[in-house]
Amino acid sequence: MEEVKEQKKAASKPKAEVVISIKGLKKSFGKKHVLTDINLEVHRGENVVVLGKSGEGKSVTIECIVGLLVPDAGSLKVFGDEVTKMNDNELKALRMKIGFLFQSGALFDSMTVRENLEFPLTRILKMKDKREIDERVNEVLEGVGLTDAVDKLPSDLSGGMRKRIGLARTLIIKPEIMLYDEPTTGLDPITSREISELILDMQKKYKTTSIIITHDMECARITSDRVVIMDDGKYIAEGTFNTLHKSNNEIARSFFKDIS
Amino acid sequence: MAEQDLELTGWRRWLASIGDQCVFFTRFLRNIFTGGFEWSEFVRQCYEIGYRSMMLVGITSFIMGAVLILQLRPSMVQFGQEGLLPKTLAVSLIREIGPVITALICAGKIASGIGAELGSMKVTEQIDAMEVAGANPIQYLVVTRILAVTFMVPLLTIIGDVIGLFGGFLALNFTDSVSYSLYFNKIVASIDYSDFLPAFVKTIFFGFAIGFVGCYKGFNSNKGTESVGVAANSAVVTASLWVFVIDALAVQITSVLFYK
Repeated sequence: MEEVKEQKKAASKPKAEVVISIKGLKKSFGKKHVLTDINLEVHRGENVVVLGKSGEGKSVTIECIVGLLVPDAGSLKVFGDEVTKMNDNELKALRMKIGFLFQSGALFDSMTVRENLEFPLTRILKMKDKREIDERVNEVLEGVGLTDAVDKLPSDLSGGMRKRIGLARTLIIKPEIMLYDEPTTGLDPITSREISELILDMQKKYKTTSIIITHDMECARITSDRVVIMDDGKYIAEGTFNTLHKSNNEIARSFFKDIS
Repeated sequence: MAEQDLELTGWRRWLASIGDQCVFFTRFLRNIFTGGFEWSEFVRQCYEIGYRSMMLVGITSFIMGAVLILQLRPSMVQFGQEGLLPKTLAVSLIREIGPVITALICAGKIASGIGAELGSMKVTEQIDAMEVAGANPIQYLVVTRILAVTFMVPLLTIIGDVIGLFGGFLALNFTDSVSYSLYFNKIVASIDYSDFLPAFVKTIFFGFAIGFVGCYKGFNSNKGTESVGVAANSAVVTASLWVFVIDALAVQITSVLFYK
C-alpha cells in the first residue's frame, strides 16, 4: 500500500492504542473475490474513511468486523480479540461496544422511533428502569436534533431524518467503535453535510473510534483523520485527506479530481 | 444460500435448498428452548396473524357452509335423505373442507405476509441491524411467527367450522324450516372425536408449514427489491402445496388409525 504521510503530524502525534487490527483479510462470494488482501490498523479516537468505487466490497470489511460476515482467511482483531474465533456470546459482548450505522438507516418499520431507540437498550444493555431508558432516548434525540419525532413511525420520516435516527440508535448504547456504511448516500448535499458534521460532533462527544465507508468526498473531507483507498479488493493508498489530494497515485487522483 | 446460488444449478441447488431448510429448522428448534422467549412479540404476532385473519376466514367459511348445503340439497332430496344434510355438512366441513380452506386462506394471507415482511426487512438490512442491536433474529422474528401461526391456524379452523355450520343452517332455512336446536342437535349427534381430533391435529401441521415456509422464504431472500415479491409469491405457492401434501398424508394416517 502506498503510504502518503504528513511528516509534521506523524512526528508530533503519539500513536494511540490499536483498537481494530486487520491482516490479510480475504472474502469471496462464489467465484467473486471481494476482499483479496485487506490490511488496516485503526487507533483509538481515530476516524478512518474508506474510499472506493461502488461494488468494491467496502461494506464487507465492516460487516466482518461486527461478525455479520465470516471472512475466508486472515486475522481480524478488535480490542485485541480475534473476531473470527468468537462464539455467539463473545460476539454479543463485542457488539455492546460497536455501533453500526447501516446505509439505509435500517430502522425497524413496525416500531416507532422511541421503540427503535429502546430496542438496543433493552436487548444489549438489558436496561429495565423506564426513567433511565427515557433519559437515554431523550439525550440521543437531542443530540441529533429530532426530539419531536419520538412517537413517529419510520415511514413518516424523510431520508435525512431516518439517517439521524439510525445514528441515534447506534449511539444510544455509547459504543467505543462506530462503523458507518455510506452515511450520506441518497441524501441531498445540504443534508449530507449536516450528517457529516453530526458524525464529527458525535465522535467528539462520545469519543468514539470510527470507520466510515463512503464515496462522498465532502463527507470524507469533513470526517476523516485518515483516508484509505480501496481498489480491487485491497487498500492501495493511505494518508490524510490533504496528502492524498496531492498524491500522484492514479486511482487516488481519480477520486480527488473534482475537489478544488 | 446467496453464496451457493452463485455456483449451484439444477438438482445440486435443489439439494442445497433442502439442506438449507434443515439447517433453518434446526436453528428454529434450538432457539425455542435457548435464550428468552419473546412473549410480547409472540402475542403481537398472534393478534396480527390470528385476529386480523378472522374476518376473512369467517366470511369464507360462512359462504362455504351455505354453498355446500345449497349444492347438496337437490341430490339429497332426490334420495329422500334431506334429513342427513346437517350430518353431511358437519362431517365434510369438520373433517376436510374447514381445515383445508382455512389453511389455504392462511397460506395466501399469512405466508405471503410473513415472506414479504421478512424479505423487505432483509433487503433494508433490518435483520442485520437487529443482530447488531443484540437481538437474535431467529428468536425474535422466526420462532415467534412460526409458533403464532401454528397456534392460530387450529383456532381459526375451529372458528371457521362453527361459522360454516351456521352458514349451512341459514342456507337450509332458505328452503326448509329447520329449528336451530334440531339442526345443532343433529350435528352434535353425528360427529365424534374421530371426526374432530384428526382434523384438529392436521391443522397444527398446516399452521407449522405455513409459518415455516413464510419465514424461510422471507429470511433467505436475496438482497434486492425484486426478491421481496419472489419471496412472497414463492411462500404462497410452497405453503399451499404443503397443505395438500400434509392433507394427503393425514388422510392415510387417519384411515389407518380411526376408520379400519
